[in-house]
Amino acid sequence: MIIRGDEPEQLELLRKLYKPGNYFLQGNEALSYGALFAGCRFYAGYPITPSSEIAETMARELPKLGGYYLQMEDEIGSIAAMVGASWTGFKVMTATSGPGFSLMQENLGYAVMTETPLVLVDVQRSGPSTGQATKGAQGDFFQARWGTHGDHPMVAVSPISGQDAFWEVIRAFNIAERLRTPVVFLFDGVLAHTREQVRIPDVSEVEITYRKLPANEEEAKLPFGDPHGDGVPPMPLFGHGYFTHVTGSTHKENGLRDVYTPEVHDKLVRRIHRKIEKNRDVYESYEERFTDDAEILVVSWGVTARPALGAVIRAREEGIKAGLFVPKTVHPFPGERMRQLGKRVRAVLVPEMNLGQMILEVERHVNDDVLLRGINRIGGVPLTVEEILREIRGVA
Amino acid sequence: MAKEIYSTYPMVKYLRREALPTALCPGCGGGTVLNAFANAVDGLKLDPKDLVVVSGIGCSAWIASPYFLADTLHTTHGRAIAFATGVKVGLPDKKVVVISGDGDLASIGGNHLIHAARRNIDVTVILVNNFIYGMTGGQVAPTTPFGAKTTTSPYRNIEHPLQISETVAAAGASYVARWTTAHVYQLIESIKTALQVKGFSLVEVISQCPVQYGRRNRMKEPAEMLRWFLRNSVPVSKARKMRPEELEGKFVVGEIVRRERPEFTEELNKLVDEVQEHFGLKGE
Repeated sequence: MIIRGDEPEQLELLRKLYKPGNYFLQGNEALSYGALFAGCRFYAGYPITPSSEIAETMARELPKLGGYYLQMEDEIGSIAAMVGASWTGFKVMTATSGPGFSLMQENLGYAVMTETPLVLVDVQRSGPSTGQATKGAQGDFFQARWGTHGDHPMVAVSPISGQDAFWEVIRAFNIAERLRTPVVFLFDGVLAHTREQVRIPDVSEVEITYRKLPANEEEAKLPFGDPHGDGVPPMPLFGHGYFTHVTGSTHKENGLRDVYTPEVHDKLVRRIHRKIEKNRDVYESYEERFTDDAEILVVSWGVTARPALGAVIRAREEGIKAGLFVPKTVHPFPGERMRQLGKRVRAVLVPEMNLGQMILEVERHVNDDVLLRGINRIGGVPLTVEEILREIRGVA
Repeated sequence: MAKEIYSTYPMVKYLRREALPTALCPGCGGGTVLNAFANAVDGLKLDPKDLVVVSGIGCSAWIASPYFLADTLHTTHGRAIAFATGVKVGLPDKKVVVISGDGDLASIGGNHLIHAARRNIDVTVILVNNFIYGMTGGQVAPTTPFGAKTTTSPYRNIEHPLQISETVAAAGASYVARWTTAHVYQLIESIKTALQVKGFSLVEVISQCPVQYGRRNRMKEPAEMLRWFLRNSVPVSKARKMRPEELEGKFVVGEIVRRERPEFTEELNKLVDEVQEHFGLKGE
């Protein structure tokens, strides 16, 4: 069994096609190149602003690497085709935005239940509904977490720049493969369309992981078992004669449906949760600046983390002890670290391009005596350094 | 008792024994379809290791998944063909088969059905048309005959049924045939042809649902429904000479279309080769 894109000649191909160096790239392009370096060789999607350049880049580049671009009839078909392709051994990705992400939610749940690795990029745009289709926003924080139905875990990654998108999408693929799970990649319309300097590295700098394959016939016969005790079953790929049965219904370790035994459902869903909870080291990631002695902590994510950093640096210049905490994996939220930081500060400010979403996660982890305040902007225009700085001064 | 019967059934080698007995109602046409499919696979001497069977949601989705012993992907409602598209691109040398019902493939999944036909991807679809939503309790479907009674058309159905085979043929499929569960041998032959045709193929099987459809429409015995099929079946050749009003309520059976068109996964791989050639990336 092979994971497509894993062949040694692929490294040579990447080297030949994408010379290491600095490029002037749009966020969507940087993300796409990251996906190619991560080994993505199958993309199924449906165009939607502001994600379309990802589809365009993948359509142009994938065939060069022997990969496949499929433009499906809609978003539902796109994620469905991804799941099918993932079971044949492809690393797969799709990109969408707002309404398209909503349409994908049912099959995202299917991917959780069938433990299918895939990366779903949501280039967040202003909503609800068609909203401001061309404008960026950060309003899908909870759609990523709770968009599909039922009790389910979810991993979501969010970068802060085009350069960051290149590396973070590689990390998203590695998490998806390691934990045999879908990973949501929360990008946004502002970063997606911003052009900036992006360094393309040599392939040797990129660390790639692949899903665990069955070591023997016994493991292959239990596509939803837990032979290694880490909650992550080896994945028997289609086409290798294992007669694997995959269903989104509650199933036993051998894959066969059993929707009547409470214990079977309990065991399955709890293991799917456990594999995410127990493998925090695989996905947890955050960045900190000036947190050692900070009295005022700014907690921000995605596009807003950049003006937030500018504001914190300016505040330091003015002698205000401000610090910055940026979760890069936003789900599961790095609550433990948030709790530690929350103990030491007087005030926590949470700037976001929404009416207050991540602040609810922050709130769960800080004490009542900490002054907690959101800095919220909607309408498609990002927050500025000056606006965030003003709020820092206000609580200093 | 049940086990003895299964052990003497020659096609049992193609079934996932631990999943038996089937969940299908007594008198359901699903068993006939499963039998026909197993016989087609047997007749072609296909290795089940070279098969991936995909299904959606509903009674007919169960026919092949979990009962048929191959790699099986039981998907979300209506999306089986889209899932199968991803499987086929990943495994172009395998036979990828979708077996599911009319409610699944032609209603919620109608968009995927016509676009897979347009793309002409080499997937074989066996669409079991029983005119009804069986698993949810017998509600009206886009295939329910005009005037028929269902739990959600208790007075009569005032909508016109979708002509699935004709729609898929018009969308560009390489092969389309329609039979009923009363035409078992013809059905097996058509499934064999569909499995061998390169390109999108559809075999529509008009099938009886005595429990949800029949008993509300004066045909509570399975045999009555089969007699209804036989009485009203018209071969394609004869139907071409008949007026539309004469064909009202009839089942046109036989090969609706058979033609050669470039197939999607072949074209996709050809494109990849051309691009790699053009950029000097062909590996040795």
